[in-house]
Amino acid sequence: MKKKGVGMACVLHPTGNKGAGDPSNAAIQLKPDGTLVLLVGAVDLGQGSTTILRQFAADLMEVPIEHVFASNFADDFAPLSLGSFASRVTLIDPHAVENAAEDLKKKIREYASDLLEAHPDDLEYKEGKVFVKGAPDRSMTLAEVGGASMFGGGADPALLVGTGAWQPARFHPHDPETGAMPAVGAISFGACVAEVEVDTETGMVDVTKLTQVWEVGKAVNPLLVRQQINGGLHPGLGTTLTENSYPYYPNPDWAPENFSDYALPTFLDYPEETLWGIEEVPHPAGVKGAKGFSEGSTNGPPPAIMAAIHDAIGIWIDEYPATPEVILRALEAKEASG
Amino acid sequence: MKQILSFILNGSPVDVIVTPTETLLDVLREKLGVTGPKRGCDDGDCGTCTVLLDGEPVRSCLTIALTVAGREVLTVEGLSTDGDLHPLQKAFHEHGAFQCGFCTPGMLMSAKALLDHNPTPSRTEIREYMSGNLCRCGSYEEIIEAIQVVAAGEYAPSGGKE
Repeated sequence: MKKKGVGMACVLHPTGNKGAGDPSNAAIQLKPDGTLVLLVGAVDLGQGSTTILRQFAADLMEVPIEHVFASNFADDFAPLSLGSFASRVTLIDPHAVENAAEDLKKKIREYASDLLEAHPDDLEYKEGKVFVKGAPDRSMTLAEVGGASMFGGGADPALLVGTGAWQPARFHPHDPETGAMPAVGAISFGACVAEVEVDTETGMVDVTKLTQVWEVGKAVNPLLVRQQINGGLHPGLGTTLTENSYPYYPNPDWAPENFSDYALPTFLDYPEETLWGIEEVPHPAGVKGAKGFSEGSTNGPPPAIMAAIHDAIGIWIDEYPATPEVILRALEAKEASG
Repeated sequence: MKQILSFILNGSPVDVIVTPTETLLDVLREKLGVTGPKRGCDDGDCGTCTVLLDGEPVRSCLTIALTVAGREVLTVEGLSTDGDLHPLQKAFHEHGAFQCGFCTPGMLMSAKALLDHNPTPSRTEIREYMSGNLCRCGSYEEIIEAIQVVAAGEYAPSGGKE
């Protein structure tokens, strides 16, 4: 007999640390052809951190994103970032990029002042050009500044690199009265609703529909946000229903050795209907209001699915994963206890 | 005992010396430098080594190389023509149908086989046909969407979206 149920869960997901300090650095170098090289230590594992940091650099330097080169293989010699974890990159690294961009603009104004015969304070940077305030025809493009700094042409050679560093306000001792402590940089908010069908003869749980909505501050790249919402569902679903490192714990000899034993969710395990939503409430600590959220999308589905199972069969399953064996044993125990 | 294996790889004849125990994946990656097919589980579970053998999807990690003698093998390297991406590649790109990209070569080959056999699959048919390919980044929804838009003709060579 198939029984249906609905469950929901809410998630508060901390993004970025505060207690121990959480620094990131960045550098932006002007090349002789006017393009920019962005060096960041955050490693892109496919989540798109390099993409969004390029977006920030392009926005801040007011140039097309195609003019900003950033590489994932530069992390050995790039300025350091504490790392791509704790959903921290979107909150913290853009600040370092912002500071690096401001530093590079300042250096461009200083370098161009000889060539444009004006004091740096009288120069303005806008849309890839540096020009004399009030006399926009006395201007140089980024390519002209980059070319001059490399090959001369009336000025001394120079390497124009803007550098930036940032971290959230440092550790505050917790309040002895209340215990309160600002432990994280920002919090993102998520909600998940799951609908399931539980087969009481086989113990199989089928998640038929799942909806996740996340409040992300500012969706710097909505396609990447969508990927993170639906992507986090994968380990979330597996944790809840199929993935078990030690099914016969504490005996490690029978640990799974392949993907047949350690069952990752397939296309068929994903809900027949998978919905997602993005909410934006700009966060005061983020550049353009952006903050991270990604890992939180793994945390909503497990409690939502467990609540849906409870709704379907009236039992709170208190172990993960809720495999058919676990479900059937729980149903038997319920029947035995009358 | 070593033998010369001759087959058609991405439209061109190749000859390569192989041993009887080498898999097609070994030969493609280690001897021919064709690294599109990935070595994921090396056990037939994950599907990222999928190639098309005479148009049918096979796990190259489970295929003994000598069994492809005289036959046609298509890998992800053979999907684009004259530098122009295959409609599925364009759709995967624009619809964000991957994150780390490790499963993508296998996903593309399975999706091509699906559409070659069934040009207008339903959502259920896509889920069933593709269920032998795993994606740990969880891009299933985006992959389904990419296959659907290709099936709908959005990236068709004649007058479709570039």
